[in-house]
Amino acid sequence: MNLEYFFSLFLGGMTRGSIYALIALGYTMVYGIIKLINFAHGEIYMIGAFTALIIGGALSLTSMNPVAIFIIAAIVAIVYSAAYGYTIEKIAYKPLRNAPRLSALISAIGVSIFLQNYVLLSQTSDFLPFPNLLPEFGFLKPVENFLSTTQFLILLSTAVVMILLTILIKFTKMGKAMRATAQDQQMAQLVGINVNRVISMTFIIGSATAALGGVLITTHIGQINFYIGFIAGIKAFVAAVLGGIGSIPGAVLGSFVLGLTESFGTGYISSDYEDAFAFIILILILIFKPSGLLGRKENEKV
Amino acid sequence: MSEVPILEVNDLSMVFGGLRAVDSVSLKINKGEIVALIGPNGAGKTTFFNCVTGVYVPTHGEIKINPPEGKTAILNGLKPNTINEKGLARTFQNIRLFSSMTVLENVMIGRHQCLKSGILSSILRTPKQRKEELKVLEDSYRILEKIGLEEYANDLACNLPYGGQRRLEIARAMATDPFLLLLDEPAAGMNPQETNDLVVLIQRLRKEDNISILLIEHDMSLVMTLSERIYVVDYGKMIAMGSPLEIKNNSQVIKAYLGEDIDA
Repeated sequence: MNLEYFFSLFLGGMTRGSIYALIALGYTMVYGIIKLINFAHGEIYMIGAFTALIIGGALSLTSMNPVAIFIIAAIVAIVYSAAYGYTIEKIAYKPLRNAPRLSALISAIGVSIFLQNYVLLSQTSDFLPFPNLLPEFGFLKPVENFLSTTQFLILLSTAVVMILLTILIKFTKMGKAMRATAQDQQMAQLVGINVNRVISMTFIIGSATAALGGVLITTHIGQINFYIGFIAGIKAFVAAVLGGIGSIPGAVLGSFVLGLTESFGTGYISSDYEDAFAFIILILILIFKPSGLLGRKENEKV
Repeated sequence: MSEVPILEVNDLSMVFGGLRAVDSVSLKINKGEIVALIGPNGAGKTTFFNCVTGVYVPTHGEIKINPPEGKTAILNGLKPNTINEKGLARTFQNIRLFSSMTVLENVMIGRHQCLKSGILSSILRTPKQRKEELKVLEDSYRILEKIGLEEYANDLACNLPYGGQRRLEIARAMATDPFLLLLDEPAAGMNPQETNDLVVLIQRLRKEDNISILLIEHDMSLVMTLSERIYVVDYGKMIAMGSPLEIKNNSQVIKAYLGEDIDA
């Protein structure tokens, strides 16, 4: 067995896993709080990528420093997508808060289709190239065969996001309010928590991390089209279910398991089945451990 | 009485379809009073609580508060969290703690909402925010000490013994700094020893924190020792009001609880 090949597959899998994790966080947090599968979430990731592409493309016509352009594009993309997430919740989900869960789910699918087509109309269906803005980091020279600069950046930013999110949820007032709302929304209100604000905040945080994933993947792959959100969204959803939807560590774990399986699967078995691996895992999980790896089993009341 | 009542409910009704769960109930609570609301099962007591705390929007009637500090307000149609901010806190008949959080965190959640540092400052952990966080921690710990749960501070709420969980509900409600505490069957399922402790605790809370208490309870010994006035509801209607002694001898109340004597 070739060790270098193994390592490059491993790091490739970790990179994929990181991107899935950034998206899956939004799925799992929203589900944890309002029990809604936000199918429009993948589209937020796609919009993040497009915003970065547009801003990055426009600014690269000027004589600015490429790294500065990248940072500005990333920040604008994150803020813009977070605003999208906030608005979608207010328009498409909040009026349905007391409706049957299926109604909100259908509304989510509607939003997803709407956003895809709106980007398709405004941006064409072609793959668009993303300008190469980042220099190669010198210190990665010795390992450049299996770890590229963008991969390193993806792994690093995912780690930072995870740490920040853990601090937010474990130790801050907003984090406590989020956990309380997830457990018992009505009781949370009765101890003075503004549930609407908590829900908005959840959408903002989830959308921001998804947009970060979008920006990072665009720089890594170098091209995007309107459809990337759909497939990435579905896979991140699989990752969230795999880890136990509603659980944040579960979503991260599920994403890495999925990323590594895909990477090793394509590397050692066949790349034709790249997308099939995700769904094979999903089927197996649903059969053998429906609550997911770290999900809590729901006790049925008798 | 010339005193302005801190809670004044006028002609409150709550209708679910064809059912008048609460039917023109009026009630007053004065500052520092402990008032009990009793009645047979299904009389509408909890529905009344739900209307006052904003869980339901009442069909008819007016709920008015005159907080000792702060100004008069009408609570109809306000959201539960706004009503809580105005100084009404409650517990539930069936325990509803945030069971996968620690005992201390349960109290801190209530405490946090009285303070106001924004999301941004709590992410950036500004010195002001850190000071506030510390104060929340101290306050919460002090409340636990008062309730007598400080030794369990870092246990998960779901691991507390039953009586402890009931007390923690009270602690969490107290953390929001209420002037009126609404207790929904606080002694349900408690043994006599725990009930006695609860009586002492409620009396202490009233004295030390200067709050008024409205409680729903089926344990008559607790109701008779604690409350200064008792309201009795049956089938959504208020059938009697008076001191414990008056209520004990009220024929209508006896009828509601025991049924009518045919031979009489």
